[in-house]
Amino acid sequence: MTQTFVLLTVLAYLLSMGLYMRYLYTGQEMTGRFATLLMFTGLATHYIALLLRAKGSHTVPYHDLQGSMSLFGWLLAVTYLCLEIYHRQRTVGAFVVPIILAFFFAAYLMPDHPDAPIPAKGVVFALHVTLSILSYAAFALSCVLSLMYLAEERLLRTRKLGEVVWRFPSLDLLERMSHTSVLVGLLTIAVGTLLGYVALNRQGASHTFDPKYLVTLVVLVLYAAYFQLARTTAWRGARASRLCVFNFILVILSFTIVNLFLSQHHRFL
Amino acid sequence: MEIVLVGLNFRTAPVEVREKASFSADQAQRAAEQLREKGILEETLVLSTCNRSEVYGVHATANRQSAGALCSFLSNFHSVQPDKLNPSLYHHYDHDAVRHLFRVAAGLESMLLGEAEILGQVREAYLRAHECHATGPVLNRLFQGALEIGKRVRAETELGTRPMGVASAGIKLAERIFGKLNERTALVLGAGTISEQVVSQLRDRNVGNLYLTNRSREKAEEFAKQYQGEVIEWGQWDTALKLPDVIVSAVGVQDALLTKPMIERAMAARGNRALFLMDLGLPRNIEPSAAELYNVYLYTMDDLTEIVQQNKGARRSEVPKAEFLVEEHVGKFISWQASVELIGVLDTLRGSLKQRRAAYLQEKLSGVNHFSAEDRESIGGMMDELIEKLLIAPAERLRSEKELRKKILSVEAIRELYLSDREKP
Repeated sequence: MTQTFVLLTVLAYLLSMGLYMRYLYTGQEMTGRFATLLMFTGLATHYIALLLRAKGSHTVPYHDLQGSMSLFGWLLAVTYLCLEIYHRQRTVGAFVVPIILAFFFAAYLMPDHPDAPIPAKGVVFALHVTLSILSYAAFALSCVLSLMYLAEERLLRTRKLGEVVWRFPSLDLLERMSHTSVLVGLLTIAVGTLLGYVALNRQGASHTFDPKYLVTLVVLVLYAAYFQLARTTAWRGARASRLCVFNFILVILSFTIVNLFLSQHHRFL
Repeated sequence: MEIVLVGLNFRTAPVEVREKASFSADQAQRAAEQLREKGILEETLVLSTCNRSEVYGVHATANRQSAGALCSFLSNFHSVQPDKLNPSLYHHYDHDAVRHLFRVAAGLESMLLGEAEILGQVREAYLRAHECHATGPVLNRLFQGALEIGKRVRAETELGTRPMGVASAGIKLAERIFGKLNERTALVLGAGTISEQVVSQLRDRNVGNLYLTNRSREKAEEFAKQYQGEVIEWGQWDTALKLPDVIVSAVGVQDALLTKPMIERAMAARGNRALFLMDLGLPRNIEPSAAELYNVYLYTMDDLTEIVQQNKGARRSEVPKAEFLVEEHVGKFISWQASVELIGVLDTLRGSLKQRRAAYLQEKLSGVNHFSAEDRESIGGMMDELIEKLLIAPAERLRSEKELRKKILSVEAIRELYLSDREKP
């Protein structure tokens, strides 16, 4: 049963990616609508696949790295669709769906870890994890948007427009979309971290220092700085986008190296 | 029945001839009426733009002579000697006429490849002709098909998407930076032809605020009045430059009018928000080093010309795709036309067979007296039924024939084999 939904999800995401790419190339409204529709379909089947897998292993989806990656892909899809609807801009889909698909594939091609530690239970903890992963997804999206901004800005400045520039969204829109995405990330990481603190207190765990706290604080400060600097004279435009990309590199480090090797409470392997 | 087209365009006729052969809306209506009154055409439509004058029509008999009559009519109508007009005229029949119209609607026959204006002109010409009942079933179908292919080519190819003029390329680039321009401010320096083209493009895109400045304030005010802009005093650059997001300069000066330090001050005053500079002056009006400034995008006439050249190439590369779509629609139209003709031929054939049946019965039964009137009627009815039965199978087969060429040839064969010249529809 899970396998069926995994296949359906892959199929929906693949078709959606193809249509988003075709939309980027042709600009046909109907193609774009179908791409969005298939994205919604993929989102629904992805959710069921996550749910069935969690039920099958009698635990939460973020039980292991596999589940966390799949949940990340799903939340990235949710964030992207919200952004697409809010800004009425579909051209970014061609760049985001491959990432969602890559995470989904990676999650389901990874070997299972039946002996992985079962994380602490409880609604607050579940919300902490979900919101944290959502913030990573939002930051990933802002990174994609910033990279698109930097590429387009470079092409416009060097006057080497080629085929690409005419199909991309405007710099102004990319900047606004990136801001929205970072705002979502900031809010969710702030609330998620707070809930993590509450969950830790409820479990009565010892308050030993975890490097993850420091890295999360740095990520929060840097994204807040981006949010503020992107509106200032010196940083507006490409510089702010570069900062956004840099911040996401830190997020990846936090999600991988810090989680796996340095943190005591955030190991999912 | 045949579709005929006679016309001239920018390729076949110099502007002096095109001027003489053009139609105003009233003239187009009058010409259509006269063509039908004189029996030259049954359905008529006149398409007249600055680059072409074409008369499309439907003639009752397919004798390939209607174009000659149409040429003579055009000479008389426009009072131009035939020897002056005829060398510029081209004519097409049936498939070729259909293909020509579809190519025109798709923008493939336009001076500016893929331009969108022609589709509006075709629509307008069709609506006008339709309103005064100059068109009939064939031209209605033909022009609806033309509008359909025109839209499809623009939606499915990039024939009309890329800007083809320096002014429109510049404005499109500004849109790549700012998105919609309705909340943006533009400043245009100069009041010449190029400035006017840019201002017109900016107005078309509902630019938020439009400021104009020129050495002659009088001219700037005239310009501002025409395009609902605001005049800024010439030379007050520090005040003027901090307002706009788009600056267009097309002034004849020897030294750069806007220097890097001036732009730098303007950028500081506007909080480094992106600034798009279009330098359309020769010699250049804006110091090239201004392009090094952060968030400043400077495009000169050469840059924009290069973009236009690239776009022309890109449009040309879309031609095969557009032509493929045109051929698809030509096929559809011809298939429809063949179906219509099939119905006409079968109706005529049925009528002819029934007439012959009546004559045959009359001849054969004239010496037979033992049949009552009812019997005779019954025999006639049975023979009619037989005729219907004999006709129904080939008619069905032809209707469902997928191969267009075979369908047309079969209809032609029926016409040739079974109908006399007088009977041929």
